Amino acid sequence: MINRSQAAMNTLSRRRFLKISASTLLAAGVVGRATAALASATTREPKCVREVPTFCDICFWKCGAIASVRDGKLWKIEGNPADPLCRGRLCPRGTGGIGAHSDPDRLRTPLIRTNERGEEKWQAVTWDEALEYIAGKMQKIKAEHGPESMALFSHGIGGTFLKHTLKAYGTVNIAAPSFAQCRGPRDVGFRLTFGEDVGSPERTDIENAQCLVLIGSHLGENMHNTQVQEFATAVGRGASVIVVDPRFSVAASKAKFYLPIKPGTDLALVLAWMNVIVTEKLYDAAYVEEHGFGFDQFAASLTGYTPEWAYPETGIDPDTIRATAREMARYRPATLVHPGRHVNWNGDDAQRSRAIALLNALLGSWGRKGGFYTPSSMDMPDYPYPPYPKPAKPKVDNPDHKYPFAHEAITTGIRDATITGQPYPIKGWMVYATNLLHALPNEAETIRAIQQLDLLVVVDVIPSEIAGWADVVLPESTYLERHDELNVELFKDPFVALRQPVLDSPDDQKPNWWIAKKLAEKLGLGAFYPWKTIEEYLEHRVTEAGLDFAELKKKGIIRGPRQPIYFEEGAPAEFGTPSGKIEFYSPQLEKAGFDPVPRYTPPVAGPPGAFRLLFGRAPVHSFSRTHTNRLLSDMMDENAVWVNADIARRAGLKSGDTVRLKNQDGVLSNRVKVKATERIRPDCVYLVHGFGHTARGMRHAYGKGASDAQMITRYKTDPLMGGTAMNVNFVTLEAET
Amino acid sequence: MRYVMVIDTKRCVGCMDCVVACKTENNVPEGYNRDWITEEVRGKNPTLQMEIRSERCNHCDRPPCVYCCPTGASHIHEGGVVLVTHEKCIGCKACIAACPYDARFVHPEGYIDKCTFCIHRVEQGLKPACVSVCPTHCMHFGDLEDPQSEVARLLSSRAHHSLLPQTGCQPHVFYLT
Ligand code: SF4
Repeated sequence: MINRSQAAMNTLSRRRFLKISASTLLAAGVVGRATAALASATTREPKCVREVPTFCDICFWKCGAIASVRDGKLWKIEGNPADPLCRGRLCPRGTGGIGAHSDPDRLRTPLIRTNERGEEKWQAVTWDEALEYIAGKMQKIKAEHGPESMALFSHGIGGTFLKHTLKAYGTVNIAAPSFAQCRGPRDVGFRLTFGEDVGSPERTDIENAQCLVLIGSHLGENMHNTQVQEFATAVGRGASVIVVDPRFSVAASKAKFYLPIKPGTDLALVLAWMNVIVTEKLYDAAYVEEHGFGFDQFAASLTGYTPEWAYPETGIDPDTIRATAREMARYRPATLVHPGRHVNWNGDDAQRSRAIALLNALLGSWGRKGGFYTPSSMDMPDYPYPPYPKPAKPKVDNPDHKYPFAHEAITTGIRDATITGQPYPIKGWMVYATNLLHALPNEAETIRAIQQLDLLVVVDVIPSEIAGWADVVLPESTYLERHDELNVELFKDPFVALRQPVLDSPDDQKPNWWIAKKLAEKLGLGAFYPWKTIEEYLEHRVTEAGLDFAELKKKGIIRGPRQPIYFEEGAPAEFGTPSGKIEFYSPQLEKAGFDPVPRYTPPVAGPPGAFRLLFGRAPVHSFSRTHTNRLLSDMMDENAVWVNADIARRAGLKSGDTVRLKNQDGVLSNRVKVKATERIRPDCVYLVHGFGHTARGMRHAYGKGASDAQMITRYKTDPLMGGTAMNVNFVTLEAET
Repeated sequence: MRYVMVIDTKRCVGCMDCVVACKTENNVPEGYNRDWITEEVRGKNPTLQMEIRSERCNHCDRPPCVYCCPTGASHIHEGGVVLVTHEKCIGCKACIAACPYDARFVHPEGYIDKCTFCIHRVEQGLKPACVSVCPTHCMHFGDLEDPQSEVARLLSSRAHHSLLPQTGCQPHVFYLT
């Protein structure tokens, strides 16, 4: 966060710079020239500016953007006004995205490991050598174990072509942390209730909400662009905002009601809210009658969950619980109880998400204006590829459907199979654009799995922690230097967006599609790539959809007509559940041996004197991927551990002091500064995720701040869908001098 | 004509997009920034209030930085915008000492730098980069002397404050509350 103290810090470096320039004659000359250049830049339009429309990749929101190149150099990137996601305005990470191109720490050439795994010692090789090596190992794995023994971990749209190559090769084991480590429980909870996911971008109609309830969702710190824009619109309009968070988030500072809940007890609060709404008959009876299934059994199950019962659990007094429940009812159906995104907290996450879905159902917000709209997308036929080979073996991540409601592959399930060799061995991992050591809980398990592998390939832009363990590292071009798959989202307004290169890669980096195609050719799978150039592929898809590729190249985005998005506008009120209704009571869950209506169990308690470790996002960073981007690190280059001001005082700590965190298993963090603040409860501490890098190649970020991932040695698995809850770790603060 | 900035603290989330956009637009070097975010927290947990502000040079009507500049580099441009002519600046730092807002710094190339209200954009009919980028639409820029302007209407209809008005500098960045 840039604040006055940072401004003071900057003064120091300003002085240092001044001394350097004053002490050399050469510098004086530089001053003259650079000043003239800058003066011209500030007084008139620069001479040669080239604009290229594309879409952002600093996070998965994929906002439409226009990059400007001035006199051959990347200058800036701005939102594309034609894009319905960003509406002409990127988030800070998107605006700072150009720093990814000039990042001095980025990977430059293909690398093959020379020492032990994890020692981060490699030899630079040519692309041909690297791909030859990988193809050789993959053929060996296929011959010895079958192609299913190769797994792909991939995050984001850039993984499309590697997925294609791996499916052509014959693997079935493809996963992303975005399910079991992030939004999976939410998607399962909503599917069980409404028969449909919330999707990404979420189908939340925040801009029209009259009442917005955020449970742990820290919009404004979490910068999913459309949501933050709509949140500001709602706040500006005077919408009633209710924020539930152990931390006084930025969103909490905009709220009419702030509920500083005891961490881990959110389900108790949601149940008590529903108790009030049902008991006081505040729900949308006509909606429930028309669309609901099993309401009576559901209502009966709530009897014991009174606000008085919830008080000692949650720390929220009964009056506040009643007042907020009535507030929600007052504005229904334009009351949106936000489903959240990263929801792997306590191990009851799918059931908690289901309770949130049910609360929305009571308020009649699903399918309604100010609630959850019905999204649509452009009709873009897939490229006509040959069919993939039939797999001989099932997926490894969820044997015997142990987690019956997982509808996507479970990363940690693949990790388990890699460690145990059961149900069959996994011998190769390809990892695309996801830093598994920061994304999966318990890094020791990830490392144990890696040690079972015959091949670990990492494709990335920066030398992340997971790259440090790779046998082969492949340097990818940044999004500003490559084409990618088309972006065709389910959203309020249908559109198709094109990513196209703004300028060349500075070194020997290559785009993912090129890597995937060349690897396929090396594997003898060239027939799966009938197209010669990526433009040929893209043009084929766009033309088949009846659109003009030249227009898409020029504008970056083509929009389709908006479809009805609310039930009242004619969006179909259909529910993909077995009953075809909103399932207040879930026979599916009952049949599988789970609670058919959500039931509360208290969260695991920590050792006495320890604080529950919570983590979240900062607006200027994405995951652990942006910390060497100099524009973004300039905004925030280390995290601090948030400690309640009274607790800090009693411990003799003040803001700026250095501590290490020690978790319940004795693991010590990097050194990290204290942020003593009123903005957090006394029973927990908070870190922004993604800091505390230990990868030596990330020189600029190395050792700055602490990594929450390192402290997350424990996790609790969601019995419904295999998600790994991570807010079950506890730390103490060890003073450092 | 009197240019002002009006920033709605209700909408601002402190994301620093304004800072990043300023840096790319104006080539502000690594380690420096012309604008910044301040979070002011009041109260005791859990009864708290927080005002988040995007801050910068206040383009004062009575700018001490201009008054103390020995070479005339710091000056008042059309519309009340306070600017520094780099060629005239000798880097003496008197203005840095005089500015009550800590808005100025020594650019590595030796001259004093600070927010220009993106006058190069404004003269082309664009808004300053920070205003144009803000995803929350919390920032407004325009002519206070035009009663029809958005900024004039916002200031006449909404409660607002400015920073350190007691200095008498007459700052022209306003915060809606
Ligand atoms: S939300 Fe921000 S980082 Fe994500 S795609 Fe949009 S501009 Fe880029």
